[in-house]
This record gives sequence, structure tokens and C-alpha cells, in this order.
Amino acid sequence: MDIIMECKNVTYSYPLTKKPAIKELNLKLERGKFYGVIGENGSGKTTLCAVLRGFAPSFYKGEIEGEVLVEGKKIGEYGGELAKKIGFVFQNPFTQISGVKDTVFEEVAYGLENFGVPAGEIERRVIDVMRMTDIEHLAEKSPFELSGGQMQRVALASVIVLEPDLLIIDEPTSQLDPEGTESVFAIIQKMKEKHKTIVLVEHKIDLIAEYADEVLVFKDGAMIASGDKKEILSDMSLLEQGAALPQVAILGRKLQEKGLPLSTIPVTEKQAVEVIAEALKERKR
Amino acid sequence: MRDLILKDVSFSYPGGFLAVDNINMEIKAGENVAIVGQNGAGKTTTVKMMNGLLKPTAGDVLIGDMNTKNYTTAQVSRVVGYVFQNPDDQIFHSTVEGEVRYGPKTMKLSPEEEDRRVNDALKITGMDIYKDENPLNLPLSMRKFVTIAAVIAMGTEILIFDEPTAGQDIEGNKRLSEILKVLHEQGKTVITISHDMEFVASNFARVIVMAKKKVVRFGTPQEIFWDFKSLEHAMLKQPYVSRVCKELGIEGNIIDIDGAVEAIMSR
Ligand SMILES: Nc1ncnc2c1ncn2[C@@H]1O[C@H](COP(=O)(O)OP(=O)(O)OP(=O)(O)O)[C@@H](O)[C@H]1O
Ligand SMILES: Nc1ncnc2c1ncn2[C@@H]1O[C@H](COP(=O)(O)OP(=O)(O)OP(=O)(O)O)[C@@H](O)[C@H]1O
Ligand SMILES: [Mg+2]
Ligand SMILES: [Mg+2]
Repeated sequence: MDIIMECKNVTYSYPLTKKPAIKELNLKLERGKFYGVIGENGSGKTTLCAVLRGFAPSFYKGEIEGEVLVEGKKIGEYGGELAKKIGFVFQNPFTQISGVKDTVFEEVAYGLENFGVPAGEIERRVIDVMRMTDIEHLAEKSPFELSGGQMQRVALASVIVLEPDLLIIDEPTSQLDPEGTESVFAIIQKMKEKHKTIVLVEHKIDLIAEYADEVLVFKDGAMIASGDKKEILSDMSLLEQGAALPQVAILGRKLQEKGLPLSTIPVTEKQAVEVIAEALKERKR
Repeated sequence: MRDLILKDVSFSYPGGFLAVDNINMEIKAGENVAIVGQNGAGKTTTVKMMNGLLKPTAGDVLIGDMNTKNYTTAQVSRVVGYVFQNPDDQIFHSTVEGEVRYGPKTMKLSPEEEDRRVNDALKITGMDIYKDENPLNLPLSMRKFVTIAAVIAMGTEILIFDEPTAGQDIEGNKRLSEILKVLHEQGKTVITISHDMEFVASNFARVIVMAKKKVVRFGTPQEIFWDFKSLEHAMLKQPYVSRVCKELGIEGNIIDIDGAVEAIMSR
């Protein structure tokens, strides 16, 4: 197994707080996999992201115990090169905007510029990513004169364009329209094909069910479960604790309660159509 | 209680960008409506005109016989409360309670009335247990509830929530439903922008769809979520259960789980 990142018994507390926001976390991230992080509000998802990027404690201060290793080396021993290795998309897109660039195009190009990428390549990559995130038409606009969803797309684009080995993305679709939401998952799928590792926090469990490989469930700062998507998502009580029941699972459960003989509780739309159609046929017999 | 009317309204931002192009809307006093539509459609721009943060560059925004043109933003915001899309645009105080009390304090209420408003708003949003915390130490989802509490405490007759469902878990969405219900019972007019199709389908009697600077249609959730042309035009999707019912060939314009259960069981 090629482990890109590992947490060994990590406990983290913000300054002046009594209760740790991340508790005794043991986690190995395998290169090339897509991890979906779920959990109720305040369960520690954003804090997890900050720990994995090293912002907790380097930026937020506070107390950390245990070890966070990036490719086997302690995260605190890295300098600026960590920014190349790990891409980070903030939950609030406003936080992401650099504030030093006048146009959306320059904003998306900013990171590549800092990394010293040749101008021709910058242009090619920026145009490509802007097309994927559907912000081409905003190229000449100021990054601060955007709608909420447009800003969120720019924030994501400015990180995706760097093609880091590990992408940590905190709720990238919270302000997006349904089309935009699906296209974000399509982009992440593309990153996976390039063998990138992805950690994605998301409340839209229906999409996690469709796209992620592994699911991590957080509650009260603790990772209460982790593993293969199918395993985690078939455990209803777990999903309930993670505050993430797919719509079709709720539907499936209600149908079962009413006596429709579903062979399993569906978690994706496609599966729902299959098992319900099957059960309806079964009942007719 | 006053109706809210937008008459031939357009808005261009100072740089000249036209964000809203000649729209008309009529929202009745006491109505509970949703606005949905693609990113950049002009939803936030539209509601900011309703509370006077922006003034239309053409047309009129009328609250009863009050034309926002003739009033200051501060005056209009006494009648129409607005919860920003980004809570961090709105939070300035170092405690949750301080944030919520700020508005009522400027209104010269009796101390009892001020306390009552603050406490009620904290309670209904679930923020009472965090009242002494610094809002900036709360997760984003809860910062949003802090700003909702602050606007509710103002006691305006019209309230606008700009994407309150963003980033909310199941509990958060339930709490929002509850808040909408209570405000409705109090006779308030509430306008909610949301990208959460499930939430829209089960919480509103009427939906306004915006796309490309325009209002493209009004209707009940049943009408909207089975009008594929409008959905496509506004980059929207049906709720999951509607999609499943469609695939299964189940009729009746199903938009929520209970409806789906009933229709499937009676097959
Ligand atoms: N800067 C901070 N200082 C102190 N405590 C904080 C800070 N940021 C977060 N916390 C606390 O840490 C806990 C976890 O918060 P976190 O933001 O990680 O939750 P989350 O799961 O991301 O929630 P959401 O779904 O709302 O984004 C919460 O109890 C929160 O109040
Ligand atoms: N300050 C500004 N200056 C110039 N243009 C702006 C400004 N703010 C927003 N816009 C533009 O106006 C249009 C409408 O923006 P608005 O914020 O109203 O959209 P929205 O429907 O709320 O979108 P979202 O769902 O993404 O929040 C967008 O194309 C946006 O780029
Ligand atoms: Mg978070
Ligand atoms: Mg908006």
C-alpha cells in the first residue's frame, strides 16, 4: 500500500477550549483514493482538514498530540513545499480569494505563478480548469464581484489547477446549483484518474454514495467509522449518527416499514429504482 | 402587513454589469416563498433590492406603498430583514448574544421586550446554548444560525434568508423548517433562497425560478419540479425521489418522500 498521509493517535484542541475538536485519530490515506468525510455539524470535519494540512496547529495554534505524517515525514518538518503537495479548499470560499489579483483569470493563475510555472503552460492549464468549472465567462471579472456560487467555483478552480498530489476540499458544493454540484464531482473523478488522493467533506451523501471509494464518519471529534463505501453506507445506524441518510435510503426504509419487500436499503438512485421495481414485481406474484 | 412588489426592476452594478434584467414579482403579505435558480442568476442581487441594500437602477421595489427609492437602507431594513449568504459578512460582535442583541438595542425597546426578542431568537435557532461563545469559534453552519437569530430578533415583518440550507446537516435543515413554520404562524412574510431541491420541495407553497437575470416562472413545487424545460434552463434538478418515481414510471408529480411512499404502495 502506498500511504500518502497518516495520522497516529492525533488529538487536537483549539486554544482556550476544554474539549478536543479531534480525538485520538488514527487514519491512513492511500494514494489515489477518494475519501468522503461525513458527520453532523460541528463534528470536526473542518478541523480534520486543518489538521491534515498542518494549519492546526501552525495557524490556529492550540495543542496537538500524536503524529501527522506526509509521505512518512512529520508534517511540521515541511516548509513551503507542502503547499505544492497538498491543495486546500476552504469551506468559506471568500477565505480562499487572495485579494491581490484583479481578475478571475489572474486569481486562478496565481498559485501556478508562485510555483514558477512557465507562462504558456499557466495559460493552458488555467483555461482548461476554468472550462471545467464553468467560469470562463467570468475571466475578466473581479474576484470580489461574483455571486456566492461563482466565488466557490473560482476557489475550487484556483486549487484544482495546481494538480497537487493530495486535495483537501471542505464542502465545495454548498453554494452551487444542482448542475454545478454534479460537475464538481465529475472534476474530482478526473483528478482521481490522474491518481490524485482526495479528501472531500460533503453533506450531500447521495453524491458521496455515487463517487467516493472510502467513507470516514465523524461524530463529536471522533472518527466513529471508516472503510469501504459500500460497507459504511449499508449501515443505517452509522449513517444516522453521521447525519447523512441518502434520500433514497429514507424512502427505502419507509417502503419496508409499509411492507414492501425490498431486498436491500438502496443508497444510490440507480439502486433505488432497481430494488423498488423488483419488489413491486415480487409483490404482484 | 404589506405586499412586496417588484415592478419592471433591473439592476446594474457600478461597473456597468447588468445582473437583473426587467423582472416582476409579487409576494403577498404572510407568504412563504422560495427562490431557486442557477449560480449567478441574480437571486442575491434581487433580494438585496428588497431590503434596500441595493436600489434598482430601473423600475420600482414597493413594500405596500413604500417605494425603497425614497428611503434609506436603514429605514428599509427596519421592515425587511436580510440574512446574508455569507455569515461572515454579517458578524461583528465577540459573543453570540452580543451579535443578536445589537439590532434590537438600536430600536429603543423596553428592556423586557429587548430581552424577550433576544432570548426567543436564540432559542428558536438553537443558539441559546452558545450565547456566550465567540461566533468566530463556531462552525460555519452555526455561524449561519447566529445571523438568522440576529435578523429574527429585529422583528421585521418581512424576512429574507439567503441560502440558509448551505452546509446544514439533517438537524440543521429540520431546525430551519421549524423556524419557517413559526415565522409563518406569526404572519411574517419569508423569502428563502436555496439550492437544496429536497428542502424546497417540502417547505414552500410557492417557488420562484430565476435564470439568466430573469424570472422564468412561478409555481407550486409540484409544477416546478416536473417542468423539465424550466429545470434545465435554470440548471436545476428534480428532488431524488422525483427522479426515482420518474424512472419507475410512477405518475402524480411526486416531489417528496411521503408522496412517493403513498404512490408506490398503491401501485
Ligand atoms: N477557531 C476555533 N476556535 C475554537 N473552537 C473552534 C474553532 N473552530 C472550530 N471550533 C470548534 O471545533 C468543533 C468542530 O468544528 P468544525 O468546524 O471542525 O466542525 P464541522 O464538522 O466542520 O462543522 P460544519 O458541518 O458546520 O462545517 C466545534 O465544536 C467548534 O465550535
Ligand atoms: N459587486 C458586483 N459587481 C459586479 N457584478 C456582480 C457583483 N456582485 C455580483 N455580480 C454579478 O451579478 C450576477 C448575479 O449575482 P447574484 O449574486 O445576484 O447571483 P445569485 O443568483 O445569488 O447566484 P448564487 O447562486 O451563485 O449565489 C452574477 O453574474 C455576478 O457575477
Ligand atoms: Mg466544516
Ligand atoms: Mg446568491
